[in-house]
Amino acid sequence: MGTRVFGEPVRRREDGRFLTGRGRFLDDLGRGALAAAFVRSPHAHARITDIDVSGALDVEGLVAIYTWEDLPGRVGDPLPLLIPHPALTHGRTGYPLARDVVRHVGEPVAMVVAHDRYLAEDAAERVHVEYEPLPPVVGIEAAARAEHLVHDDVPGNVGAVLVQETGDAAAAIDAAPHALEFRLSIERSASTPLEGRGVYARWDADDGSLRVYSSTQTSTSVRAAIAARLGLPNGKVEVVAPDVGGGFGVKIVHPWPEEVLVPWAARLLDRELKWTEDRREHFVSAAHERGQVQDVRVGFDDAGRVLGLDVRIRHDHGAYTPYGIIIPIVTSTQLLGPYKIGAYRAEVTSLYTNTLIVTPYRGAGRPQGVYCMERTMDRIARHLGRDRADVRAANLIQPDEFPYDQGLLFQDGRPLIYDSGDYPELLRKARELIGWDGFAAERAAASRGRRLGIGLGLYVEGTGVGPYEGGHVEIDTAGRVHVSTGLTSQGQGHETAFAQIAAAELGVPLEDVHVTTGDTRRFGYAVGTFASRAAVMSGNAIALACRKVREKALRIAADALEADPRDLDVTDGVVHVRGDMSASVPLRTVAVLSNPLRYAFDEEAAAATQFAVGRPATEPPVASGEEPGLEGRGYYSPVRSTFASGAHAAIVEVDPDTAEIAILRYAVVHDCGRLINPMVVEGQIHGGVAQGVGGALYERMAYDESGQLLNASFMDFLMPYATEVPRIETGHLETPSPLNPLGIKGAGEAGVIPVSAVIASAVEDAEGVRVDAMPISPDDLHTLRLRAADDPSLRVREGARTG
Amino acid sequence: MKPPPFGYHAPRTVDEALDALAAAPSGKVLAGGQSLVPLLNMRLAAPSDLVDINRIAELDALRAGDGGVRVGALARHARVERSAEAAAVQPLLGQALRHVAHPVIRNRGTVVGSLAHADPAAELPAVLAVLGGTVEAASSRGRRTIPAAELFAGPLESSLEPGELAVSAFFPALPPRTGTAFTETARRHGDYALAGVAAVVTLDEDLRVRAARAGYLGVSATPLVLDLSGAAGPRGDWAAAAAHVRERVDPESDIHAGAAYRRHLTGVLTERACAAAAAEALRKAGE
Amino acid sequence: MEERFEVELTVNGTPRTASVPARRLLSDFLRHDLGLTGTHVGCEHGVCGCCTVLLDGDPVRSCLMFAVTAAGHEVTTVEGLAAPDGTPSPVQRAFRECHGLQCGFCTPGFLCTVTALLRENPRPSRDQVLEGISGNLCRCTGYQNIVKSVHRAADLLSEPAEPGE
Repeated sequence: MGTRVFGEPVRRREDGRFLTGRGRFLDDLGRGALAAAFVRSPHAHARITDIDVSGALDVEGLVAIYTWEDLPGRVGDPLPLLIPHPALTHGRTGYPLARDVVRHVGEPVAMVVAHDRYLAEDAAERVHVEYEPLPPVVGIEAAARAEHLVHDDVPGNVGAVLVQETGDAAAAIDAAPHALEFRLSIERSASTPLEGRGVYARWDADDGSLRVYSSTQTSTSVRAAIAARLGLPNGKVEVVAPDVGGGFGVKIVHPWPEEVLVPWAARLLDRELKWTEDRREHFVSAAHERGQVQDVRVGFDDAGRVLGLDVRIRHDHGAYTPYGIIIPIVTSTQLLGPYKIGAYRAEVTSLYTNTLIVTPYRGAGRPQGVYCMERTMDRIARHLGRDRADVRAANLIQPDEFPYDQGLLFQDGRPLIYDSGDYPELLRKARELIGWDGFAAERAAASRGRRLGIGLGLYVEGTGVGPYEGGHVEIDTAGRVHVSTGLTSQGQGHETAFAQIAAAELGVPLEDVHVTTGDTRRFGYAVGTFASRAAVMSGNAIALACRKVREKALRIAADALEADPRDLDVTDGVVHVRGDMSASVPLRTVAVLSNPLRYAFDEEAAAATQFAVGRPATEPPVASGEEPGLEGRGYYSPVRSTFASGAHAAIVEVDPDTAEIAILRYAVVHDCGRLINPMVVEGQIHGGVAQGVGGALYERMAYDESGQLLNASFMDFLMPYATEVPRIETGHLETPSPLNPLGIKGAGEAGVIPVSAVIASAVEDAEGVRVDAMPISPDDLHTLRLRAADDPSLRVREGARTG
Repeated sequence: MKPPPFGYHAPRTVDEALDALAAAPSGKVLAGGQSLVPLLNMRLAAPSDLVDINRIAELDALRAGDGGVRVGALARHARVERSAEAAAVQPLLGQALRHVAHPVIRNRGTVVGSLAHADPAAELPAVLAVLGGTVEAASSRGRRTIPAAELFAGPLESSLEPGELAVSAFFPALPPRTGTAFTETARRHGDYALAGVAAVVTLDEDLRVRAARAGYLGVSATPLVLDLSGAAGPRGDWAAAAAHVRERVDPESDIHAGAAYRRHLTGVLTERACAAAAAEALRKAGE
Repeated sequence: MEERFEVELTVNGTPRTASVPARRLLSDFLRHDLGLTGTHVGCEHGVCGCCTVLLDGDPVRSCLMFAVTAAGHEVTTVEGLAAPDGTPSPVQRAFRECHGLQCGFCTPGFLCTVTALLRENPRPSRDQVLEGISGNLCRCTGYQNIVKSVHRAADLLSEPAEPGE
């Protein structure tokens, strides 16, 4: 492998178009297309008794209005339950357009098609839907009480009960020298990419084929879903993810109702049709995440070692379960983090509510699990009067214990076995970076009245889940290297990172490599971009494809140079005898030689025609076992996930009067194995931390009792601006993964995972009051202060605060 | 999120604007549009007509004189914020404007538009109220001057009548030995405040507090003005003033903060703003 | 039939005209009527800043303005920031150098905002940069590299032009 480009902070190749307005996002396409708008339910739970479209019919520019009654066959079927699981005993999904009952505000009831979006909204406003309100179930407590049901046939509103266990946790806790029991909660947030969802479909009636552009994290699976619903073979449906303005998880869900309806109507009308989600729609009709209540029992020894941990989690999954119980699985497994826990039992009850669906958002259940474990570590430390970092250290898996089997089943259905890592070193580096050991003195030296606090948190993140990804690499006769992979990009810099891998593997200049992602026309077999898997999965697949191409190039070049392929190397796109650049042939010529031609259409081709290429007359022009073309395809399918890890620490200051919380410093030490491009990885971490800060201090979904989302706008859903995000200090550790050829681990979600845990830890330290619920606002903290003044049990033990 | 249709008028003079407003009594005035257009895009407002005053050159005025600062209906926040002349006559304006949303919004939003919008969570209504300023309104029936105390009728409701156009606002100058300060707490920088205070403190010749007034945003249905002179006393006991304020305000809860916190915060901010204003007054007295 | 208005304005130095209803937002006018899709729309209520363009040199939200109001004015969009020969502006170069963008959706709004910011204040402090970009949301970068990009752009702008440039 070359070393010049792999591991270097190469500037991004996609930036040129983004910086000049030449990116092409979903709504930038289809200027002449008709526009769709949706009539959405204003009620959280109601029966539809009548839909009257007559008032909309005279709206200028109206083309069509559809309700569920209009949807034929499979188009009107319930949306698929994408990830079935034995524990999901009562999985339910919605219809593309509501049939009889709506179960959350924002559920689509009718689709309006008009000449432009203004007119479509005019018409949608005039569609009159009569509802008979049903009692809404909002919030985890109401769902668990089950006085009312979200689905008549789901008793107790319980969709799933998932149990994960190793050993006898109850017995271990009972036998432990110390035990604690407490409740934690964490509120909802959402991915909230700045570009919403969107679908643009073009039906070609002459060809009987469909091209669909979708702002998705999985184009191949969207294609499969559309093909199935519309009764078309896969080969007649092309799905392209154009430039995508952020995903963060929400765009992995598919098919969205709109992804079925827009292509269907485009075919029916034989007109180009586009739907661009607006911000208000995104808040009420895409997806949310995070909301959980966690009841914890923990038993531990005098050193703070956890002997038994029993966690009962109630998880609010919203009105439907299209994405199965991935979040509960991830929470209950990744909760263990870098620790050796004696006996463990997690029981997750996944509950229906009359709110928007809950599907993975960056971190996908890990932030909740890490929050649970790290709050538990702090509790143990406070109880014992020990340093919080020391208690963590006492529980860490040691470097010589890998592979480490946690004894559970992970989200890919495979055993939860950590492949590699060095957790004590992570902790050491984080302590050093934030100045953990000197903080007590720093606090003592701060001027009177200032309230400073320090906190930390560790996590382990399963990345690169299967089943597989593939890569295709082709070198053309101009020497350009075309790399494609099926998974999609939403800003992660894949065009750059994958080009770095290909350039390093092939020995070609980086600028000769051109990468395409998320386009079924170029690569049809893929899973998608989620779970920090793109670099691991497609990166390795592309490397494997490159190795095939390189091998083939050397075989052909060896023929031409009359050399042994084992003596050849590739440098700057030229195949040559190792140590002798004079005996060489450029890859573009090898590409010519790889494809014997009958017809010459240019000079390069002329060199490859039958009368020009001198293969022995006794052998076929394409050697037996070979294929024409200098191309190769590779697939990477891991036995199981690879586990990245990290430690974050923060120093906060709280205002003694206004209870405002400021993050003074934020430090991240992380380990994602070998780095392809450190600049890109660092960018991922910054962005993740910013989202984590949002989740810790600002963002929540404020539903009222009737199921109305009160803050469905950027005015009231408080995504951090530059003024709210601290400067992030980073440190790296590289323990390569032994599981894949490149030794890499995923990095996409790392930044966000422990932030709520870390900030809770630091605020608790600054205030001396127990923080059990996140996010925490100034009002929340003020209220906590007042309560703690009357109730000593809410105060953190004096003397145990520092460290 | 596209606005509904409306009749559009783009007058070049105030008289033309008044004619257009007279002809469309349920029409709305479009100036900076930073509050109105979001409401239109969300279809929370659907006026029959919009009278776009952006082409009326005579309204793009800003005059700072001995008596105070007069701001025309087209003067953008950014212009007023940056005006050294305005700051010299009435510093509270600039102090408050720095808290209005974000710089890009202030490039377009207008001072008079913000007053006419009458949002009790906005900065400028509180400033006009605490200073005892006025708004000049014109209609086809004539002109009138509306004192701040009468302008704000309720949340998002001004006493401007159908057909009336707010053509300017007047912020009176400060008496001698007077300092001002503006402080607010918002969830994010640039958000509407959870609570905010515009404080004006005047000292007497012996440098004792002669008068202390505070205008509040975010804690009442219309901008609240409290006279704190008595509570603070001549020595400026701002903690006592804060306690007094906490008893007088009755804020509402919303998703960003509860009433109890807002009441508490109003006290904290009162203390901070008054102390800063008093310090400023003292500095001026020493000049 | 909704009344249409002939809107004439200068975009990136070129006079442009289109006939649109009064309610056409400037953002939609630029994107859909003129085909300049570099200006993005992220919220349509003036909070995210993706749609920021320069109106007579000052950054404004194009989603909070009607095209009819912009008639007669000069608008600069992200497509107009580079030199006429295509050379990227110092601000564009700095964002690339400092990895100040990821998905690229908010980027045009930041570029317009920062271009105006540095014109007014060529050497902003860190706090001035934060204040200057405080009305633009980015969900990818955590802003750190954007702040770095602004300082870098200030450096590039202060460098004397190379001979021949």
